[in-house]
Amino acid sequence: MSLIKADKVSYEYIRRDKDGSVEGVNKAVDEVDLSVEAGDFIAILGANGSGKSTLAKHFNALLYPVGGTVYVEGMDTRDDEHLWDIRQTTGMVFQNPDNQIIGTVVEEDVAFGPENMGVKSKEIWERVIRSLKSVDMFEYRKHSPSRLSGGQKQRVAIAGVLAMQPECIVLDEPTAMLDPLGRKEVIASVRELNETAGITVILITHYMEEVVHADKVYVMDKGRVVMHGSPKQVFSRPEELKGLGLDVPGVTLLAEELKKNGIDLPAGILTSQELVSEICRLLSII
Amino acid sequence: MIRDITLGQYYPAESVLHKLDPRLKITGTFLYIISLFLVRDLLGYAVAGVFLAIMIAISHVPFKFMIRGLKGILVILFFTAIFNVFFTPGEVLLSLWKLDITKEGIRVGVRMVIRLVFLVIGSSIMTLTTTPNRLTDGLERVLKPLQRFKLPVHEVAMMMSIALGFIPILVEELDKIMKAQSARGADFESSKLAVRIKSMIPILVPLFVSAFRRAGDLATAMEARCYHGGEGRTKLKPLRYMKRDYIAYLLLFVYLGIIIMTGIMF
Amino acid sequence: MSVIVDHLSYIYSAGTTYEKKALDDVSFKIDDGEYVALLGQTGSGKSTLVQNLNGLLKPASGTVYVNGEDIFEKGYDLKTLRGKVGLVFQYPEYQLFEEDVFTDVCFGPKNLGLERTEVELRSYEALKQVGLKDEAFFQSPFELSGGEKRRVALAGVLAMKPEVLILDEPTAGLDPNGREWIFELIGKLHDEQGITIILVSHSMDDVAEHADRLLVMDKGALTMDGTPKEVFAYYKELMQIGLDIPEVSKVMHLLKENGFNVSTDAITLKEAAAEILKSINKGFNR
Repeated sequence: MSLIKADKVSYEYIRRDKDGSVEGVNKAVDEVDLSVEAGDFIAILGANGSGKSTLAKHFNALLYPVGGTVYVEGMDTRDDEHLWDIRQTTGMVFQNPDNQIIGTVVEEDVAFGPENMGVKSKEIWERVIRSLKSVDMFEYRKHSPSRLSGGQKQRVAIAGVLAMQPECIVLDEPTAMLDPLGRKEVIASVRELNETAGITVILITHYMEEVVHADKVYVMDKGRVVMHGSPKQVFSRPEELKGLGLDVPGVTLLAEELKKNGIDLPAGILTSQELVSEICRLLSII
Repeated sequence: MIRDITLGQYYPAESVLHKLDPRLKITGTFLYIISLFLVRDLLGYAVAGVFLAIMIAISHVPFKFMIRGLKGILVILFFTAIFNVFFTPGEVLLSLWKLDITKEGIRVGVRMVIRLVFLVIGSSIMTLTTTPNRLTDGLERVLKPLQRFKLPVHEVAMMMSIALGFIPILVEELDKIMKAQSARGADFESSKLAVRIKSMIPILVPLFVSAFRRAGDLATAMEARCYHGGEGRTKLKPLRYMKRDYIAYLLLFVYLGIIIMTGIMF
Repeated sequence: MSVIVDHLSYIYSAGTTYEKKALDDVSFKIDDGEYVALLGQTGSGKSTLVQNLNGLLKPASGTVYVNGEDIFEKGYDLKTLRGKVGLVFQYPEYQLFEEDVFTDVCFGPKNLGLERTEVELRSYEALKQVGLKDEAFFQSPFELSGGEKRRVALAGVLAMKPEVLILDEPTAGLDPNGREWIFELIGKLHDEQGITIILVSHSMDDVAEHADRLLVMDKGALTMDGTPKEVFAYYKELMQIGLDIPEVSKVMHLLKENGFNVSTDAITLKEAAAEILKSINKGFNR
């Protein structure tokens, strides 16, 4: 059984004019099929307005599909009976670090989830400590979140989700408002959780560098999934990605440029390390 | 300027006062304020003052920090003093034009000012030594009996705690918006009141828009973390009375006893 | 319009326990018509510096000369200065407040005390310049999409006809299409109208491609000043202060470390590709 399964999921926003009468319907998500296996690192790419964030909100029942069904561990998200199980199974981290912190002290914020779930105090403490350690924020447990950097705030938010002991974390553009350093910190934490703790990750972003290590990439445009596959497969089509309003890593473009000039490189080179070792290999053959 | 407000701010330190149960501190502050209005004579004020001085000393909060809270109410203090000095009937000491300064006026004025100063410092000690979350936890418990009268005690406490958390963010935002509008030539320093009031619109509208957006985001984030009201909620730091709290309650009643005695005996 | 920063120091919360030196004896000169990028980690003093340039903050010591005049001298007209030195803050769309877009853009020029016809003419031109569609001119700014809001906010500053334009992270939160659009606009303002540009940015790729000169800040001090090529040669030092270098630059440095005879000067894709091809072809001939 897949951890998360989207079966022909559609979602519509109703557009209204000033008087409140219906002007039209925007299909934000349009018949999306997707399945996530436990332990996967999934990335969903797309330009602003492609429907990627709307789709993400379906995975923990913040939104319900208008058409199709979303299953989380086999539970239909529309089933009210399982609402809290679903939200506990798939935790969610949002874009704006300031707007998801509830506590005025780091450790109290991390405790918010388990408190809501009715976990006993002693166990909450254990979870808070463990979660903060796993995102490397333990030494800040007594700090006020307002004095932390953006990257640190997002790691606290991730710890807050971890404390609920979810199977899967959905991160909705967690790095969009961060500086490069903060972005690196957050992505490093997320990768670490996926690799060492085996937590399933669904990362929504428009930064290409962040999805290089994903197991599977979905690319969305106008509510539809238009490409999916391994990062290598997806990035070996740089022209199409650009057409969808997405960036392609500089290294991939450089490799592409070299290929055009007759250099024999494999498709979908993603990191500078990779490109350099390919060039070295090429020359040692000669 | 806005950053100077100390009321409702927490000062991190490791004093006994910081460790005491918030319920005790809330009750204590409440009783202290009542005691200020029971006091009638100099001796009483001295006792209340000594009590306050001891609290300040053991709180490990710098005195400078504490009296900053007074700045905000300076105007109120000033008018309280003036009003009482001039408008209390009694033995006239000095006549200024049509206004008389009376002996009783001075006495009442001084008393009122002392009372207000003690009151503000007293409640500042509570907020400075208690994290907002502990404070709201305490309030929630102290006010719990009111739930019987259908008062949404948990919701109010949660709202307060969130509001407190958002204050630093909104202050920062306000600063940013003011600067952005200044960069567009807005004038906030005009001496004309009408101009100044009008100049608030470019600040207040974006601030409200942003506050609403943040509130919406926060509500979604809370929901995603399984928040569903106060029912079945547990606490990371459940309130539990310790030995030191019982001792503190005892001392508090001793203080109250002394205050009442000064009132009866003299 | 030239800007001279002369031994500028700035201290936050002077006289309290939170006292922090945000700028430490910074000096440099920007000539008329330059395209300068200001780099540095979050907290390095970039934002404080640009706010000193148009008198929003007053330095503890040192001063700023705009067109040879000391802007912190008594009696200097700061309001006129703010028209001449335009400052676009990060996420400028959060400052929109009027009932319709056009009135909002008028706010700046109106504050300059211009006549009504002039105010409206400038606002119209500015909105045209940022490419906002005509139908949106009299809509509420709050009904626009994120990208459109950013255009309106930019127009609000452009309508003041600044001669120096400072932009603090103008592409933050935008997707690749939006970023491209912003740089196109800035390029036009610089090339066609001769506006001096000071760009505060985190993105090395953007900066390498667009700016003529880079100023690097670290812990409140100006540590590097030179062309992109000159500055990116110090990539180890840049990494140390939490900055990156463009991805292609990284490839060139890696190749060099692997014994390739390439020049690490190349910072754009085309230059890098040409340089690598040259080196590989030499290898073929070996």
